[in-house]
Parts: sequence; structure tokens; C-alpha cells
Amino acid sequence: MSMANTAAPAIAAASQDIAGPYGPKPRRMFSRRNIFLYGTLFVIAAYYLLPLYVMVVTSLKGMPEIRLGNIFSPPLEITFEPWVKAWSTACTGLNCDGLSRGFWNSVRITVPSVLLSIAIASVNGYALANWRFKGADTFFIILIVGAFIPYQVMIYPIVIILREIGLYGSLSGLVIVHSIFGMPILTLLFRNYFSSMPEELFRAARVDGAGFWGIFLRIMLPMSLPIFVVAIILQVTGIWNDFLFGVVYTRPDTYPMTVQLNNIVNSVQGVKEYNVNMAATILTGLVPLIVYFISGKLFVRGIAAGAVKG
Amino acid sequence: MTAANGTSVSIQDLSLNFGAVTVLETLNLDVANGEFIVLLGPSGCGKSTLLNCIAGLLDVSEGRIFIKGKNVTWEEPKDRGIGMVFQSYALYPQMTVEKNLSFGLRVAGTPKDEIAKRIARAAEILQIEPLLQRKPAALSGGQRQRVAIGRALVRDVDVFLFDEPLSNLDAKLRAELRVEIKLLHRKLQNTMIYVTHDQIEAMTLADRIAVMKGGVIQQLDAPQTIYNRPVNRFVAGFLGSPAMNFIDGQVSAGTAFKTGDVSIPLDRYAFDAAGNGGGPCVFGIRPEHVAFGEAANTMPFATDAAVEIVEPMGSDTLVWTKLGGHNFSFRVEAEKTLRNGEPIRIGFDPARASLFDSQSGNRM
Repeated sequence: MSMANTAAPAIAAASQDIAGPYGPKPRRMFSRRNIFLYGTLFVIAAYYLLPLYVMVVTSLKGMPEIRLGNIFSPPLEITFEPWVKAWSTACTGLNCDGLSRGFWNSVRITVPSVLLSIAIASVNGYALANWRFKGADTFFIILIVGAFIPYQVMIYPIVIILREIGLYGSLSGLVIVHSIFGMPILTLLFRNYFSSMPEELFRAARVDGAGFWGIFLRIMLPMSLPIFVVAIILQVTGIWNDFLFGVVYTRPDTYPMTVQLNNIVNSVQGVKEYNVNMAATILTGLVPLIVYFISGKLFVRGIAAGAVKG
Repeated sequence: MTAANGTSVSIQDLSLNFGAVTVLETLNLDVANGEFIVLLGPSGCGKSTLLNCIAGLLDVSEGRIFIKGKNVTWEEPKDRGIGMVFQSYALYPQMTVEKNLSFGLRVAGTPKDEIAKRIARAAEILQIEPLLQRKPAALSGGQRQRVAIGRALVRDVDVFLFDEPLSNLDAKLRAELRVEIKLLHRKLQNTMIYVTHDQIEAMTLADRIAVMKGGVIQQLDAPQTIYNRPVNRFVAGFLGSPAMNFIDGQVSAGTAFKTGDVSIPLDRYAFDAAGNGGGPCVFGIRPEHVAFGEAANTMPFATDAAVEIVEPMGSDTLVWTKLGGHNFSFRVEAEKTLRNGEPIRIGFDPARASLFDSQSGNRM
């Protein structure tokens, strides 16, 4: 035994290479692999950013400069005139007060729709996940099937329903439509999230005497920030970007921003004001963009907070 | 003991089915006031399900449950006078320890000073006073489990239900908390029903153990009785580590057990009321009941064998050999050094053995 112990290091020492590798393996900055990887990433990023670049550049040019035809060249003379015009004076149909009207319409559609649909869907998901009432599975299947029915099929019946209850053409009608159509996917989202929560937590709360709403409001809600952020992102971008329901269920003076944008860009009278069109498009896309930037950070933080064991 | 103290929890003809699957089958169980009952069994035997039924977290398919003489079969968990401790602790992660403890009381609308008083008492008993303002994420496993016990404690309940409370802890902590739970029971004198698959927890904690399998209580008795006189082969094999030796063979009407060329006299063995019908059976003897060397010769039965494998465990050593062609293990002191293949003499007293019918597995 003792012989083996003393012999082992001697053998190891003999085979040791003093100048051999030690510590972390060095990596070359300009290896073939890195050049290929970053090269590809750069090309793809440029490909996706180019349209945005053209839009921004064009929106900052005056019409004479645009007529020169160099769409990639930066503006010689920066002007914010097109942005102002797109926001406040561009004409859509009868009104000439720009996109601002559509912006506020969209806000008045999006905010209540998002709040209403998330409020209802979170309770739906919670009930389906934790309170296995009779017929819960059937209810859930029906709800999910709803997500697969094409919107076009339902447009006309909904027009009739809204007309009968006197909400056709009003913003509240559109809010109801958005809330209903958000229900299947949001309920699925919340149900899956609440199902993934430890069931013993729910049982502990029941033993502690909390009821349906007590458990939901005091135990489940404080733990579900991440899924609420996901739901808000989904709904805000989905409803803000919606065109079909906006054009069908509202009147010209209650058109959402997307419909107004279309009317500005596709107007057939007069000169095509490319700079105004570009500015209007960026303005319309700004809200989802901001939501992504803000909530993206919150989203990551929410997930990280939820990941702590306990 | 039931008659003297009165019954705390009484389960009558309880059945539970999930669709076509029967989880519990007409189960009856009476727990005396202040008794510590352990429900022991392998996973899937229905022990946790039974506990959830008692807690009111699962609706029963048939039968009744009484707690403190009150029929609580249809009552909500909070109205049953129970507190429950879960395997995963189930602490509310967004609340501090203090809020965790007080949650049930706040839901019930208990006055503030009363809540403070009860939390102070529970924190003192469990020694978690320095932790009260912390969130569960900042606690260790043992501390979390203490808080979970505290949550049951503050509610001033009659019956404590433990659902494998120590399974998520490491071995050392488990042993520590096991002792603490035992001390807690002695201090509080509450009825406790404790679910576990760990036989050591069951043996050390229980006043009585209910060994369960397939939704049926196999044996309900004091730990020593269950250990020494298991009613069937399942119970015998489930309790004890290292496990009991089982040897297949025949019992002849002439009171001897035969396997291979070995014959073990059974005149000292106390047969059950059903008696000795003869026929194929299983002979069981625990490794610590086997004597070795000189001591073997003083036993009613002794034979020669050879060492096959030696497993040192620190406190003692388990030696494997063959008896009548079957694997056979026994315990010797750790100081003994045995070589593989060494001839040895082993013996035991058949009075300490258990005989099971090969067909039914029941004790003979």
C-alpha cells in the first residue's frame, strides 16, 4: 500500500510536460469560426435594419430631395416637417387632423381591451388550473377550439350582434370584440402558468382558510408578474396592430391608428408624399416598439424573480 | 389507550375512487387523542391521499370522517380544526415569515394583538424569532420546514397533519428535525398524523404505525409489534434495514421448516391462531437476530456456512452467506474482521422468526 503511494507521483512527474497547457484554453479572436459567425449575424441584421433605415432617412427629407431618387443617401437637409404633418394635419377622408385622432382612438381601444381581457382570462385560467369544477375540460376544449375558427367567419355575425345591442360603430363595441377574441390564447397562457405553480401552495392556502378570490388575489397574483407581462405584450401589440376589426366595427371618426395610416398612405388624390407616409408609419409602429423595449426588461426581471426557488 | 383518551380522528368506511381507479378501499382508522400515528407505505399506496381526505382537500367517494366527535365529511379544510405541513413546505414566497404564519389568522379576521401573541408563541417554540422578517427564499430547508410547522401551530388546531415533511431535507437535517418533531409532540400533546415512506421516521416517531399498501391498511400497531410480528410478508419486507431474510421452503406438519438440506425446528415458534397447515411457506428472520461464532452454538438452531461478501457499515457489519442455497445476511460487530470464504458458524432462535404462507403471504 505505502509503496504504491510513493510510486504514483514519480510516474506522474516523469510523464509531465513542464511547458504544457495550463489554465484556460486560449481562443483566437479572428478564427475562421468567429469570422463566419459574426459575418452572418451582421448580414442578417443589416438585411432587417435596412427598411427601417430607409424609412427614417426618407421621413427626414423634403419632397424635392426625395424626387432625386437616392433612397439610401442620408438627408442633405434634415426637416421634421413630414412628422408634424403626419401627426397633426395629414388628411384622411373627411378629417384633416392627422394621425393624432387615430392615436387617441387606438389608446382608447387598446387600454380597456387589454385590461378587460387579461382580468377575465387570468381568472379563467386560475379557475381551470386550480378549481377543477365539473365540465372544466369540456369548457377548456371549447375555448381552445375558438382559437382555431377563422376571424372572417365571425365578422358578419358579430356585426349583427353589435347592431342589435346598439354598440355597432362605437369604441366599446370594438373593446368587447377584442376582449372576446383574446380569450382563448390568454386563458391557455394563464391556465398553463397556474398549473405549473406548486399545487401544495394552493392546498396550504385552502387549509389556511382562503377562498377562491382570497387565494387568487393574495397568493397567486403576487407570484404571476412574468405571465402578466407576457399577456400585456401579446395583447398590446395584437390589438394595436389590428386592422381588420378596426375597419369593420368602427366609423371614420373612431378609426384606430392603423386604419388611419392605411387611409393616409393609400390616398389616391394628389402627390404621393413619401416622407409623410414614412413618418406616419413609424409613428404607428412606435407603440408596440416601446412596449417591447420597456416590458422586455421587465419580462426578464420577472422571469428571474420567479426562478428563485422557494 | 383509545378508550382512556377518547377518539380524536375517526375514519369510517372511507373509499376514494378516481374514475375506475380505487385509491382507498373501505378504510377504517381510529386515532386517539394526543396519539402520534404514522401512515407508512411505498409511493402510490394511498397514504397521502388518505391524509388529503382527512384535511378536506379531496372529496371522498364513500364513508365518513369524524374529528373531535364532529362529522366533518363535507366541511371545508379550515373548519376541520386541522393544520397541515407539506413536503415542499408550501410557504407563500412573496410574504415574510411573519406574514406566512399570520396568513390563516388574517383570513379568519383574528384581532391583531391575538395574532401577535400566537406568532410570538409559535416562534418561541420553534426558535424562529430571528427569521420573522425574512422571505422564504432567504431560509434554509430546515428553517423553511420549521416555518411550515409554525403555520400549523399558530392556528391552534386539534390535529396536525404531516405530509412527508422531511423528505426534501438532507439526511443529517432529517434526523435533527425528526427529534424536534418528537419533542414538539411531547410538548403540545396534540394528535398528529404523519405520512412517510421512511421506515426509520415511522419507527422513531410513532405511537402506532399504519402500514399501507394498495389503499388498504395492512397492519396497525405499535412500532415494536409491527417490527417483531409483521402480519404479512409485505410488512415484514417493508420494515427493517437491512431487510429481513426470506427463505422459501416447506413446513411439514411435524413442526420443522425444510429448505434444501437445511431443517429448522419450529417447536419454539408461536404459530398464529390459524395454526400450522403445512405446505409451502416463507421463513423470515431479521439479520440482527442471527448469532455468530460461539454464541451460535447456544441457539436452538445452528449451522455451518461460509462468508460470501462483507459490507462494513461503520456501526456494524453486514455479512452475506448462503443458507440452504438462499442468500442470507446477518449483522456482526464492526470490530470483527472476516475474510471472504471464511467458514463460520451461525445460529438463531426460531421464536424470533416469522413464517408466511407462500400463497397468501399471511403470517402463520
